[in-house]
Amino acid sequence: MSMPDHLDMDEAEEEHPRGGQRLPPSLRRDQPLVPVDSVAGRALVVVIAILTFLAALSAGAALLAARASEQWRGAVANEMTIQVRPDPRRNIEQDIARAVELARGVPSVAEARPMPRAESDKLLEPWLGAGLDLVELPIPRLIVLRLSSTVANDLVAFSQTLRREVPSATLDDHRLWVRRLSTMASTIILAGVAVVLLVLVAAGLAVAFATRGAMAGSRDSVEVLHFVGATDEFIAREFQTRFVALGLRGGAAGGLAAIIAIALLGFLSSAWSATPEADQLQALFGAFEIGWSGYAVVILVAAVVAAIAGLVSRLTVRHYLRAMG
Amino acid sequence: MVRFENVGLRYGMGPEVLKDINFSIAPRSFQYLTGPSGAGKTTLIRLVLMALKPTRGLVNLFGQDVSRLDAATLTDFRRRMGVVFQDFRLLDHLTVYENVALPLRVTGKEEASYRAEVVELLRWVGLGERMHAVPAVLSGGEKQRAAIARALISRPQLLLADEPTGNVDPGLGRRLLRLFMELQSLGTAVVIATHDIALMELYDAPRLVLADGHLHVDA
Repeated sequence: MSMPDHLDMDEAEEEHPRGGQRLPPSLRRDQPLVPVDSVAGRALVVVIAILTFLAALSAGAALLAARASEQWRGAVANEMTIQVRPDPRRNIEQDIARAVELARGVPSVAEARPMPRAESDKLLEPWLGAGLDLVELPIPRLIVLRLSSTVANDLVAFSQTLRREVPSATLDDHRLWVRRLSTMASTIILAGVAVVLLVLVAAGLAVAFATRGAMAGSRDSVEVLHFVGATDEFIAREFQTRFVALGLRGGAAGGLAAIIAIALLGFLSSAWSATPEADQLQALFGAFEIGWSGYAVVILVAAVVAAIAGLVSRLTVRHYLRAMG
Repeated sequence: MVRFENVGLRYGMGPEVLKDINFSIAPRSFQYLTGPSGAGKTTLIRLVLMALKPTRGLVNLFGQDVSRLDAATLTDFRRRMGVVFQDFRLLDHLTVYENVALPLRVTGKEEASYRAEVVELLRWVGLGERMHAVPAVLSGGEKQRAAIARALISRPQLLLADEPTGNVDPGLGRRLLRLFMELQSLGTAVVIATHDIALMELYDAPRLVLADGHLHVDA
């Protein structure tokens, strides 16, 4: 349909210049077609930011636990101890020398070091206090074995030989400790993953409710869009674009806050490293540092939250439009 | 183009608000849809727009029975129709330009491809200087023209206008009527729902008269 020049609008209030006038480069302001109430939009950004922050912290904590447990297991699994109990009928120094000799004969043992009396007494200091003469007490002596590889299949035979040759000695392979540490670390990791999942579900629900609210508020606009020939797909995309933007803003804010919080904790723990509490923390968690992979996980969590916002809003809109139709 | 056969409509378990409606709209035709306020003119327009489903009878649009339409065809049919609502239904957060460009934007066209066309149409209806304004600051007549421009921009085969002169002074009403006649001469079938007898007397055309839920054609 070409517009006729002769349409008689001369009685109209204004006369307008025709042709020859340069058009502005864009008249559209990229306004979303479906308005999302700005107050509700801002509230949703805040909710998503808080949820992302919590999810990112949980993910960071799980990662920290995973790394720490890996360190513990590596350290513990590479070491073994032979405990030689004092026996009045035996010479303990001879037993120690025999046990060390036997241990050095095992291929997977890289090093066997009898712990000097003074050192093993020192281990008891935290419980018995300093300055005590422990000579009279029947204190077991230790031999520390460093293994050349974590897979050592000759240790069972060694344990039996040791029991036969030196009845007062027992081989402790730390398996119980490794198992306990693994269980604890796995529990922390599982809890972290569960919290992340719960928070993602909560973020999804928050977006679903916000979308429903926006749809109810835009019912008129949606109907007009249908009348002018918009497909459900087009309308869903409009909502999705809007909610992905809100999700990205919230996710970015929450993720950034989490990164700052983790970096701050790392800084504080290193600043307080001289204190006994910090030493305890250091022993438990290693360095309070999640590394680049940790920061990548935090960013991933934020991106997943934004993606969930988009997906959930799209599904909600499609569902709502079907119900409307 | 549009054919209604024994169409009836009731809301829920209530009485029939439209009974045994029979009429057709031919391509390039011009007709009025008239009747007292509350007779069901807007309801009938909503039936043509497929915003309501008839409780009985046959509605045939562009050669197809609408009861068996899929979503894609329904959208395609709506793109062939332009509608001017009694209350304009412009989107308040969009400018006049954006409102008028809406039927083209929803088809996924690039803005650059239709910008000149929209601006030309806006100038044609006398809104060239108001294209950046939002509906809230427009007068009734300007909103009316923006709504009409939005209905025309996609060059519809059928234009449905619900009380298009209801909110404007008689002078502007006459100008708008001339605009609709112009459109008909350009190939669009036009249906104007109005209860303004003076307007209908300005240009003689068949009248679909709705009264007590029944429709008769007054040629």
